[in-house]
Amino acid sequence: MSSAVMTVCRKEVLDNARDRRTLFSTMVFGPLFGPVLFAVLVNLMLSQTLSSVDQPVQVPVVGRATAPNLMAFLERYSIESFDGPQDLKAAETAVRSGQHEVVLVIDEDFNERFREGGDARVTLVSDRSEIRGSAAARRVRAVLNAYTEELRLLRLQARGISPLVLRPLTIDEFDVSTATGRSVALLGMLTYFLLLATLMGGFYLAIDTTAGERERGSLEPLLTAPVARSSLMAGKMAATICYMLLSLALTLAAFTVALAFVPLESLGMSSNFGPLVAFQVFLILAPFTPLGAALMTLVASFTKSYKEAQTYLALVLLVPTLPLMVATLTNVRPNLNLMWIPSLSQHLLVTDLIKAEPINLVFLVASEGSTLLLGAALAWLATRLYDREALLG
Amino acid sequence: MGKRFGAVEALKDVTFSARDGRITGLLGPNGAGKSTCLRILYTVLKPDTGRALINSTDVAQEPLQARKQMGVLPHGAGLYPQLTARENIRYFGELHGLEGEELRGRVAELVHRLELDEVADRKAKGFSQGERTKVALARALVHRPRHLLLDEPTNGLDVMATRSLRVTLRELRDAGCCVIFSSHVMQEVTALCDDLVIIAHGQLVAQGTPEALKASHPGRSLEEIFVQAVTP
Repeated sequence: MSSAVMTVCRKEVLDNARDRRTLFSTMVFGPLFGPVLFAVLVNLMLSQTLSSVDQPVQVPVVGRATAPNLMAFLERYSIESFDGPQDLKAAETAVRSGQHEVVLVIDEDFNERFREGGDARVTLVSDRSEIRGSAAARRVRAVLNAYTEELRLLRLQARGISPLVLRPLTIDEFDVSTATGRSVALLGMLTYFLLLATLMGGFYLAIDTTAGERERGSLEPLLTAPVARSSLMAGKMAATICYMLLSLALTLAAFTVALAFVPLESLGMSSNFGPLVAFQVFLILAPFTPLGAALMTLVASFTKSYKEAQTYLALVLLVPTLPLMVATLTNVRPNLNLMWIPSLSQHLLVTDLIKAEPINLVFLVASEGSTLLLGAALAWLATRLYDREALLG
Repeated sequence: MGKRFGAVEALKDVTFSARDGRITGLLGPNGAGKSTCLRILYTVLKPDTGRALINSTDVAQEPLQARKQMGVLPHGAGLYPQLTARENIRYFGELHGLEGEELRGRVAELVHRLELDEVADRKAKGFSQGERTKVALARALVHRPRHLLLDEPTNGLDVMATRSLRVTLRELRDAGCCVIFSSHVMQEVTALCDDLVIIAHGQLVAQGTPEALKASHPGRSLEEIFVQAVTP
């Protein structure tokens, strides 16, 4: 690197280190926001999928004394009943007000109809728009269905009829999805947060070095220095890359700490996210920084003011996440063709790494090579734009 | 030189020369083309027609070579607000290839000479207009240029700051520098300049020493000559 490029880079690093906004987006936003949100989301998901099966649910029941057998059956599936509101109306009010998540109402003539061999009636009151409520209702309904099935068999047997008469079709389900497959959405989020933090790290530098410098009026004197504009641009992009790498490293460090508190195994992700894996992820994602820096600088150099640049760059932040969305929705498997797509290729590689699957070296080279090449092309374009007279605005 | 921006013809065949050891004032009303003229000289714009030479360097052909020979104080004096005065000056010294003891010494010398000692290690964020202009001037002088271009440097300066700027510019002239100075203020230019170049509507309307201009328009003040010259 020529000394002019170094001079510009050093100055931009120092200048921006004194800017509170840059520091916030580099050191705080990415490293804190991503890991914390990720940990909270994962824990929330876990609490809904896992704990609901293990933990007993307490369900208020109207007319509990009427159906002791049913209550005992519920108890076996760790649904504990207790005396609920007065009647159906009171139960409705209690659920609507959020006092209870779910209320089971036993009809008054439950026993009567039951003895006659007719259909005894229960009513399940819940609020399906409420996630926890509908989960509890689902559990109660499943146990009620099991109870119904058991009684159906008993009734048929009592009349000497084979239970198969009422089952003309037997449906066997075979779910091939694995716990690992189900966690793809989560892994997609992890790469998303990492890439977002990386971009945020260079966000203000990309603006500052183009639109910001023009708006402050410091661009014109800078252009009178005996340094080629391409060198100025190279120095500025180098500084942007420095901040992006710093942000990425900090975010990875934060994730390493945060993930230690998340029971990843129960989601089918191996919990190998230690310092070594974090370092490998860093190496996979690092080639993305020149591309991101060049892209942001390129877009910012089209704009006339700091504000305008902020608006457009916010859109740029979305671009690298599009392939991730596609990957998450369609659950693609890594293949060589996908390795030419920056951000998607990094996502697939990082995902494999975290799943503790072997990394295909050809894929790695294709991903890093294509990303660096595209970054170089965009950097060249940004440099050419910096050569325009209209740059001064 | 000639230059147009789209449909607007900013400069129409303006020709003048500025000599070493003299302060040349570029005078004209707002929007006359003074800044465009200086921007071509300090290589951020390229002329559409004609050319500008510094000694024998064509500024459009060899911009890097030309920039090494001149110090520039553009309109507005934009500094880096997060850097101190010393760092602002230093950065330009480094861009001009100075380093080590030489750079440190030169920055210290300029800080002292422009009476910036008190604010030298403060961030430029809170500087007054006068302090900003001084730092920008130091920045322009850091590589000891033989040619100095200043675009409306006295804008927004108080009397004391203007006086000290004049003193500095005279010192530079006496040291043999070629100083070009633009302004739309008549008194400003007459107080300082050895030669006058009057531009209006992108065209050269008059040039010469104040004495020569007065002699060619007997019985009139410079201001009357200026008003007459810029009225189409």
